[in-house]
Amino acid sequence: MAQNVFAPWNDPAETPLIRFEQVTKRFGSFTAIDDLTLDIFEREFFALLGPSGCGKTTLMRMLAGFEDPTEGRISLAGQDIAGVPPNQRAVNMMFQSYALFPHLSIWDNIAFGLRREGRAREQIAERVTEMLKLTRLEKFASRKPDQISGGQKQRVALARALAKAPKLLLLDEPLGALDKKLRQETQFELMDIQEKTGTTFVIVTHDQEEAMTVASRIAVMDEGKVIQVATPDRIYEAPNSVYVADFIGDVNILTGSLTTLGPDLYGLAIAENIAPLFATSTEDLTARGTAHLAIRPEKITIHTEKPQDADNALEGRVLDIAYLGNLSTYHVEIKGGPVIKAQMANTRRLSRRDITWEDKVWVSWTKTAGALLKQ
Amino acid sequence: MKRFILIGVPYLWLLALFFVPFLIVFKVSLSDYALSIPPYTPQMKDGLAEMFAAFDFENYVFLTTDDLYWKAYLSSLKIAVISTLLTLAVGYPIAYAMGRAPDAWRATLMTLVILPFWTSFLIRVYAWMGILAKEGFLNQFLLWLGVIGEPLTLLNTNTAVYIGIVYTYLPFMILPIYASLDRMDGSLLEAAEDLGCSRLAAFWLITWPLSRPGVIAGCFLVFIPALGEFVIPSILGGSDTLMIGKVLFEEFFSNRDWPVASTVAVILLLILIIPIVLFQRNQQKQVEAGQ
Repeated sequence: MAQNVFAPWNDPAETPLIRFEQVTKRFGSFTAIDDLTLDIFEREFFALLGPSGCGKTTLMRMLAGFEDPTEGRISLAGQDIAGVPPNQRAVNMMFQSYALFPHLSIWDNIAFGLRREGRAREQIAERVTEMLKLTRLEKFASRKPDQISGGQKQRVALARALAKAPKLLLLDEPLGALDKKLRQETQFELMDIQEKTGTTFVIVTHDQEEAMTVASRIAVMDEGKVIQVATPDRIYEAPNSVYVADFIGDVNILTGSLTTLGPDLYGLAIAENIAPLFATSTEDLTARGTAHLAIRPEKITIHTEKPQDADNALEGRVLDIAYLGNLSTYHVEIKGGPVIKAQMANTRRLSRRDITWEDKVWVSWTKTAGALLKQ
Repeated sequence: MKRFILIGVPYLWLLALFFVPFLIVFKVSLSDYALSIPPYTPQMKDGLAEMFAAFDFENYVFLTTDDLYWKAYLSSLKIAVISTLLTLAVGYPIAYAMGRAPDAWRATLMTLVILPFWTSFLIRVYAWMGILAKEGFLNQFLLWLGVIGEPLTLLNTNTAVYIGIVYTYLPFMILPIYASLDRMDGSLLEAAEDLGCSRLAAFWLITWPLSRPGVIAGCFLVFIPALGEFVIPSILGGSDTLMIGKVLFEEFFSNRDWPVASTVAVILLLILIIPIVLFQRNQQKQVEAGQ
């Protein structure tokens, strides 16, 4: 049976739930969002990823209705939402600070939005109970926000934002205040809840691991522009620029001059005394000029002797070893060239490791391991 | 031990400067007027046994026979309540505006609120005489504007007393309200709006309840001194402005009737303390019920 993969962005017949069309937002002379076009589809878990000040929060606040675009058009389910105040949008937001009302109980916090709609008492009670169950907060319904833990507050904020069954839920750094272990658990919980409710989630985060874990697609942003929008694996394996490659995870960037060797095969000369490196690219790169090879440390193998029939093999000296428990990262200084990071799984105990500081080693990788980038 | 000293010091202070004087005043209120120095009898030098034997509640009974006293208490309560509400009505918007002002302005705004304290309270109240008098600045200004044809009689009326109290105690109202609004997380209002509130509804459902501790503190800080206020009604008020502070002053200094003056003071204190204690117990219960 063919698996039905969720990928509405590849289906030209699908209409997006949210559409940013050439949106620009300026605050005085500062341009927060610069001519941005972006589609987000229904039921997506979409992540806006970027360093602080890249405009991701502004983008989210425009969706919530707290800011209006200076130029361009934002539409939600086909309708232009410019000028619609936040209290009339089918969009709810989970705030970074959670913004729980301190004078109201957990129950009343969750019921807050429902009461504003003027729903019947029983209906409200039913919905709040449902939300409490979804977020496993039944026991805490009568407590005040300052009587529960950070993780519980996070769940209350989520329950409150989901209670009105919005078309779109915005999450502003939802897990930023939690410690690492709780954050990882909560990431899966978030995905679970997103799947159960079928709500479209847009999450803003600066934590690339978080974005990679939860999102169906990620938009990497920088200085008000979207640099790349793709699924987590494409972002990681096939970044479209040095910026994206560098922002997501650990990477070696090797810069050199490019020559075409054959169909889809290129050579990259990174230093005078190093033979050109082989790399493939399906994209049509102009034959000559400067290019960058982005290659992940875990795709580089380290050897004590010169490897046979490797596409690329370079000799060097171990400069540093970072022991991470499950992995070790070796910093290898290439003769007359750059320092390359290679990562190996520690499948043996540390005492049995046969490579140590100052050792002469070889690093190798295949021609398909890296991504050739022009910018 | 250290902790005991830490707690003990402020309580010793209260004991020495509040409870002991209160006991002395209470003792005087139980004595009788006499032509002596000090002007009451019995005194400690008569011997303890004699002193206690001579104590009676005659003065308390006396206060109920002359309707001047209870009228003065009632009128003081009325003036204190109304001026507290007026101060709240003026002070809340100021505190709210301060709370929403850009961060860079806040320190300046705060200084401006406190600035009047740098001039003597008495001088500021006297200055109001110049403003409120028949030929005062306010009347001249209103005449010049053409709003009124005849100068208004403001000075020596209850209106002048209200103006004086609101003006004097405004900072005591603004500061606690501002403190509670300043602590409020701005994203709470955004969250309320996001959940379907209008701006006004968000104010009533979020800002107002969260600023309530500040409002209550401010009201106490204004109400308590306003109730016993003496200077403002004597300078700005008229002969018909009846306030207990004035009665107390007259009993003490004009009549030199220390026992009756002490009785007035003790009852004034009870009027102030009983509602506060009841209120605090109620708050305590609410907090406990919430947990």
